Amino acid sequence: MTMAKEVRGKIRSIKNTQKITRAMEMVAASKMRKAQDRMHRAKPYAKKIAQVIGHLARGHSEYQHPFLQKRDVKRMGCIVITTDRGLCGGLNTNLLRFAIAQMKAWKNANIDLSLSLVGTKGESFFKRVGGKIIAQVDHLGDAPQMTDLIGIVQVMLTAYREHQIDALYLCTNEFVNTMKQEPHMEQLLPIVPSMDDNLRHHWDYIYEPDNAQILLNTLLTRYIESQVYRGVIENIACEQAARMVAMKNATDNAADLINELELVYHKARQAAITRELTEIVAGAAVV
Amino acid sequence: MTATLRLDITSAEREIFSGEVEMVLATGELGELGIAPGHTPLLTSLRPGNVSAILPGKQEEIFYISGGMLEIQPYIVTVLADTAMRAHDIDEAAALEAKMHAERKMDEQLSEVDFAKASAELAEAIAQIQAVRRLKKQAK
Repeated sequence: MTMAKEVRGKIRSIKNTQKITRAMEMVAASKMRKAQDRMHRAKPYAKKIAQVIGHLARGHSEYQHPFLQKRDVKRMGCIVITTDRGLCGGLNTNLLRFAIAQMKAWKNANIDLSLSLVGTKGESFFKRVGGKIIAQVDHLGDAPQMTDLIGIVQVMLTAYREHQIDALYLCTNEFVNTMKQEPHMEQLLPIVPSMDDNLRHHWDYIYEPDNAQILLNTLLTRYIESQVYRGVIENIACEQAARMVAMKNATDNAADLINELELVYHKARQAAITRELTEIVAGAAVV
Repeated sequence: MTATLRLDITSAEREIFSGEVEMVLATGELGELGIAPGHTPLLTSLRPGNVSAILPGKQEEIFYISGGMLEIQPYIVTVLADTAMRAHDIDEAAALEAKMHAERKMDEQLSEVDFAKASAELAEAIAQIQAVRRLKKQAK
């Protein structure tokens, strides 16, 4: 019976693992919904601020804010957003591979690169492979606040203002749907003002204080911050979705394993019974 | 019926208020503002303080905001609220911390990305994921 007992122990341990993965799957599902919710709630702000900026930028075409000016790109800044924890399938690996491919292209064009990282996975990766990292933040949790991100955005904006970088990109996962998350890269600086046709008629605001530049400066900073914030929130939704799928696969795999082991267990049990019977019959025959 | 204007108060994290109001009172950079329907377009930064909305029926609702921007169009008022107190030195401090964090962790860091190493490492990780997938298919 020892073989059967061993198999039974194995089955029990796999069942325990399965319980954990199933729980993680459910937790990820609920967290994903919350993250998606947060993603939607952040939308009106970004939309509104983009409208005001578009309006301001057009009304003052004689004044060009540095954030709106296109420069010759010699040095590039990139904010890479990764997760803090693993167990989310190939999410981070795919993102980093995508980022590295881009960076290689920049490198070939002789563009210098400064990195800013969100999340521990990106940190440990770039720590191993090298890279000029000028700002970093991690352990933001499931519901990061805008205030958590001010620092890294500020570092990048200052670098841009001081001509240490000529363009700023954001590299994050895009939430397509629960099953699909795609790495993508978007340009944050210089800002390309949206050309909304609704604003064609010309009227201008009264400015208080009477200086559009100061207001524009604040608005643009907030705009970039809200973009990075959106990226971080979206990446969390992606992380939870990827984890949900990964844990579902793990739960299914565990179920398959349990089925197989149960077959082995029954075979072993039957073999033991058959052996006992033959022994008894043989013993009886001898008598 | 009295005229109303639309008030939206939103922060980067969520929408705080959205609806029709009769009047909005806020503290702008240069002083108190009372906004009634038909106000001239105006853009100002807000001081930390209360924004109160007079709802139809004279009911008053008060929101505390820690600064932000106020945009007025004749019948639409938008408050882009900051989620926390913002001041230049606070921003600087946050920036410094992010920088320090990076420097602490990246002590003996090379300043160039080693692309060969990076691609090798990622290729390995991808291969592992694919191998697991293939094994699973075979098992079925």
